[in-house]
Amino acid sequence: MKFKGTDNYIASEDLQVAVNASITMQKPLLIKGEPGTGKTLLAYEIAKALDKKLFTWHIKSTTKAQQGLYEYDAVSRLRDSQLGDEKVHDIANYIVKGKLWEAFDADEQVVLLIDEIDKADIEFPNDLLQELDKMEFYCYELNTTIQAKHRPIIIISSNNEKELPDAFLRRCFFHYITFPDRELLTQIVKVHYPGLEERLMNQAMELFFAVRNVQGLKKKPSTSELIDWLKLLMVGKITAEELAKDASNGKIPMLGAVIKNEQDLSLVNR
Amino acid sequence: MFLDFFLLLKNSGIPVTLNEYLSMLEALKRNAIARNVDEFYYLCRMSMVKDEKFLDQFDALFGAYFKGIETISDEEIFQIPEEWLKKNGERIFSKEELEKIKSMGDLKDLMERIKKLFKEQKERHQGGNKWIGTGGTSPFGAYGYNPEGIRIGQHESRHRRAVKVWDKREFKNLKDDVDLDTRNIKLALKKLRLLSREGKAEELDLKQTIKNTSEKGGLLELAMRPVRKNNVKILILFDIGGSMDDHIELCSQLFTASKYEFKHLEFYYFHNCVYEKLWQNNVRRWDDAIPTYDVLHKYNKDYKLIFVGDASMSPYELMYEQGSVEHYNDEAGMVWLNRLKEQFPDLVWLNPVPKDEWRYTRTIGMVQQFTEDRMFPLTIAGIGEAVKSLI
Repeated sequence: MKFKGTDNYIASEDLQVAVNASITMQKPLLIKGEPGTGKTLLAYEIAKALDKKLFTWHIKSTTKAQQGLYEYDAVSRLRDSQLGDEKVHDIANYIVKGKLWEAFDADEQVVLLIDEIDKADIEFPNDLLQELDKMEFYCYELNTTIQAKHRPIIIISSNNEKELPDAFLRRCFFHYITFPDRELLTQIVKVHYPGLEERLMNQAMELFFAVRNVQGLKKKPSTSELIDWLKLLMVGKITAEELAKDASNGKIPMLGAVIKNEQDLSLVNR
Repeated sequence: MFLDFFLLLKNSGIPVTLNEYLSMLEALKRNAIARNVDEFYYLCRMSMVKDEKFLDQFDALFGAYFKGIETISDEEIFQIPEEWLKKNGERIFSKEELEKIKSMGDLKDLMERIKKLFKEQKERHQGGNKWIGTGGTSPFGAYGYNPEGIRIGQHESRHRRAVKVWDKREFKNLKDDVDLDTRNIKLALKKLRLLSREGKAEELDLKQTIKNTSEKGGLLELAMRPVRKNNVKILILFDIGGSMDDHIELCSQLFTASKYEFKHLEFYYFHNCVYEKLWQNNVRRWDDAIPTYDVLHKYNKDYKLIFVGDASMSPYELMYEQGSVEHYNDEAGMVWLNRLKEQFPDLVWLNPVPKDEWRYTRTIGMVQQFTEDRMFPLTIAGIGEAVKSLI
């Protein structure tokens, strides 16, 4: 089954190739790109399009690789032993499965999203090499090797805050989501708001690209900001004419949806 | 198959490994892609390039190596790929050259040679052969020097698609300078760490835990404490252009290294000496200049200031009003430098000029005096010393 995007997710041609090739090759796909271009969403949409279950593992700065495999809750066990609970005799009661284990354990192929891998410690990706390569790991407490019943489709997203180690990169396919061009962006907007008036969209698009082209922005607005902004315009019942009039006066309505920090805001207003 | 291309990538400094090459071949074997050139390009890209800063270089090389491929129809190319590509490879490189590619790193000669051969090739194949003349495309088009060259032939039929994705070079602005040898610099910068406990309590405080537990009569009572984090703040001012051109590579290495090492890192550019304007984007420096006052007000005294520059200029630029080589400045460079020093007392100056040559340039001495002997050569050892003096 091929991934071709879904009803509300337009995937560019190269993204489709990347996803399909990594499914065929059973290799993790590393996705990078500007914030708001749909990196995280991709995994959700793949799961939806291919009708597979999705496991998401959101990485924080404190996340350890081990947490994705399993955690041994020694503290509860110690407590139980002090309180004389029967559970204490079986160590398996204190093994808490992580996302990776759950995904490996599933009875059918699933999609596993490892979100924002760059947030974690610099060694984090290195600790997952074996697990991603062989799709298995060893549980010391239970003395067993946990092996994937069906190799999951793994999507890894990164925001580029840290460089990932070479050994890790070698094991992945890589795709960089570029900001969509106008044509693709129009398609994306149409998917989200099929009833949007053509003139309003053109006018809004014009303004949006003008804002995006302001140099020195800390964060350029991206697809998700455009979608939010259009929604606000529609809710506020702003017409194409009003938008054009505001724009010629140097005003952009609901700018807060597009620009997210005050330095950028003053830059755009200038 | 494609081995020459792989070697070309490797010798051009794109970090590719045999593993990646093999996995690409495997993917081709398993029919992971549809049989057309675009998808072949995507597959090559996703398996060989793992960092967006190399995407542009990859596009250029792909364009150069597989030039002509896009004018053959999709079906054909997959019928005769091996032979054709072998021939293509032979045409570009002789045996000796292939040996040479393996050993040498000088890409310039190679590109020259490729360019020359493509010129010949185009002429040879203009007689209605498979090689359809790409009328009017300059041979430089593929290398991206001629942005106009891209759109030629956009409306051709599907099978003879002439818009080559890789020739659009859309990743150009993602290019960073190659991360060669930045590891050493990173190690030197590592010393510049101010670790302090911040944020949520997440780390086990063993001592406190033992104490609490014994107080509770043996019932376990955990104590947590926040993790230590690096919270040093750095402001870097880079000298750019003019006499600094010789040192660009060194500076970009420093820049790459520091970018990944610090969470609070701000950088600005100046030219020769700091005046009332700084900028962050070199291309647009005249439009997007940022008033130096803004920078002074934006960052507080916690920030440590690092100048990177050769401090080689005419003394007028430093000492006199209207002394700048580029514009009409109301206040002398030294006034601005002193303002910066007042706001950021922790400062160092890293100088790419070798230390023994400092005494030959008068302004280096003057700047040295301004920094109160905190000028260091831009070497690993120098960065180490600079870091020491900043703490």
